[in-house]
Amino acid sequence: MSLFEIENLVVEFQTAAGPFRAVDGVSMKVNAGEVLAIVGESGSGKSVSMLAAMGLLPWTAKVTADKLLFNGIDLLGLSPSDRRKIVGKDIAMIFQEPVASLNPCFTVGFQIEEVLRIHLGLDKKARRARAIELFDLVGIPNPAERLGHFPHQMSGGQCQRVMIAIALSCNPKLLIADEPTTALDVTIQKQILDLLMRLQAEHGMGLIIITHNMGVVAETADRVIVQYKGRKIEEADVLSLFESPKSEYTRALLSALPDNATGDRLPTIAEFLSDDQIFAGAFR
Amino acid sequence: MTHVLEARNLTRDYHIPGSLFKKAKTVHAVKGVSFAVDQGKTLAIVGESGCGKSTLARIVTMIDPATSGDMLIDGNKVDIAKERLTPEMRQKVQIVFQNPYGTLNPRKKIGEILTEPLIINTHMKADDRRDKAMAMLKKVGLEEKHYGRYPHMFSGGQRQRVAIARALMLNPRLLVLDEPVSALDLSVQAQVLNLLADLQDEFQLTYVFISHDLSVVRYIADDVMVMYYGEAVEYGSREEVFADPKHNYTKTLFAATPRADVDSIKARLARKNAA
Repeated sequence: MSLFEIENLVVEFQTAAGPFRAVDGVSMKVNAGEVLAIVGESGSGKSVSMLAAMGLLPWTAKVTADKLLFNGIDLLGLSPSDRRKIVGKDIAMIFQEPVASLNPCFTVGFQIEEVLRIHLGLDKKARRARAIELFDLVGIPNPAERLGHFPHQMSGGQCQRVMIAIALSCNPKLLIADEPTTALDVTIQKQILDLLMRLQAEHGMGLIIITHNMGVVAETADRVIVQYKGRKIEEADVLSLFESPKSEYTRALLSALPDNATGDRLPTIAEFLSDDQIFAGAFR
Repeated sequence: MTHVLEARNLTRDYHIPGSLFKKAKTVHAVKGVSFAVDQGKTLAIVGESGCGKSTLARIVTMIDPATSGDMLIDGNKVDIAKERLTPEMRQKVQIVFQNPYGTLNPRKKIGEILTEPLIINTHMKADDRRDKAMAMLKKVGLEEKHYGRYPHMFSGGQRQRVAIARALMLNPRLLVLDEPVSALDLSVQAQVLNLLADLQDEFQLTYVFISHDLSVVRYIADDVMVMYYGEAVEYGSREEVFADPKHNYTKTLFAATPRADVDSIKARLARKNAA
């Protein structure tokens, strides 16, 4: 049995212009100890499908799926209070833009201890000890002192580490990282990715990395799903995706990388692919 | 031939005033940087956040004065701390900022955004301004019908095109590009980079391209300067810098850049299986 299984997930938003389908029949499976990367441009529905699985979308969203299983539990059928017992504890998420996702009114220590109190019920002393341990784990210097700092007193890379520490606080079985390094410098990006990969290997977590950076995919993933406008275009293990991409879209995406530039102009996707051509190669 | 832009030993200090409990402090944001760019060429400035690359961009665009050192544009010395900036000087250097969502006034139509620099800096008639804006829209791959629209009606890539068009309205000699593609998707990034290359060929533009993405720099730059804590630790042609990085920081930077080629993936998977 896989750790996390989605079959035919559809997410629709009610808008003034009628329903808008953000995710259109996406299926995926993640096993324990596996790293899955979801790649796509903005608007490809990669973040929305994960938010839907965690039940974090606003009420305007209509989520349907044939299967939405975590560890054999149907996430769609759960009551909100039962769902909260799993989300944040066994499934954790690292959000895009760390500085914006932390609450500016509370110290980072308060925010990490809140998770430990609600999900694990630790007492004050144990919470503080665990928080220091976690900060140490993600490589924040002077953890005891840092717990009393507010998010604005820390750099983007440090805030991202705090986010990771919060996500890891309850030893999740599945970690979803939504663009974990997009706003960071390459040297910091390298540190964060190394950290994620090390923790993933040590704890045997399932890890889903959502990104639009092909370099990040190449450095981390075991398996890759390519999404475009809410649909799955291709799924392959990382080596065959880069070596012999099956769909035209993936091929176009890879050739748009400046790394692979051959002439003095980059090939662009819109120039030679229409939506119909992209979806013609898609499978569900 | 004179260089379009030449900098000699530029420095910039920021003074942070003290208070009852804090001592006054001086931050040396840029510490003695020299470089030169010729017409039609691209100089890329690489470095992490806080290394002084944006401060340098502000000095080059004549927003901030340098604390010491000389800056020459087309061979003429410029010092905005001593004399007022003339419209002629302002027309020579223009800038495109990183975030296309924050740099266009949401209350103004695209046409107003494009013609504003002309109203401020030239004596052009309204009809001529309009014609010029229309022509520029086409140049950057937009259409005439976009003239009366507002920024929120455009995608990120289109907004960056508008920002580039605005910068080109005054026919600048030098364009400073502060992370122009880092907020864009991969395929849109390719389109904007192509546009920049086309415009450079057509107008013989000179670019100062600020970025932290080495794969983009490798693709677009003629010369590369690597900055680290306000100093230029490496400066040379693209081939030199990428083939033989001298400074340790440059080597770290190269090692940290994710590689998306098949051989690196094979090497990584082999390491993983061995562990």
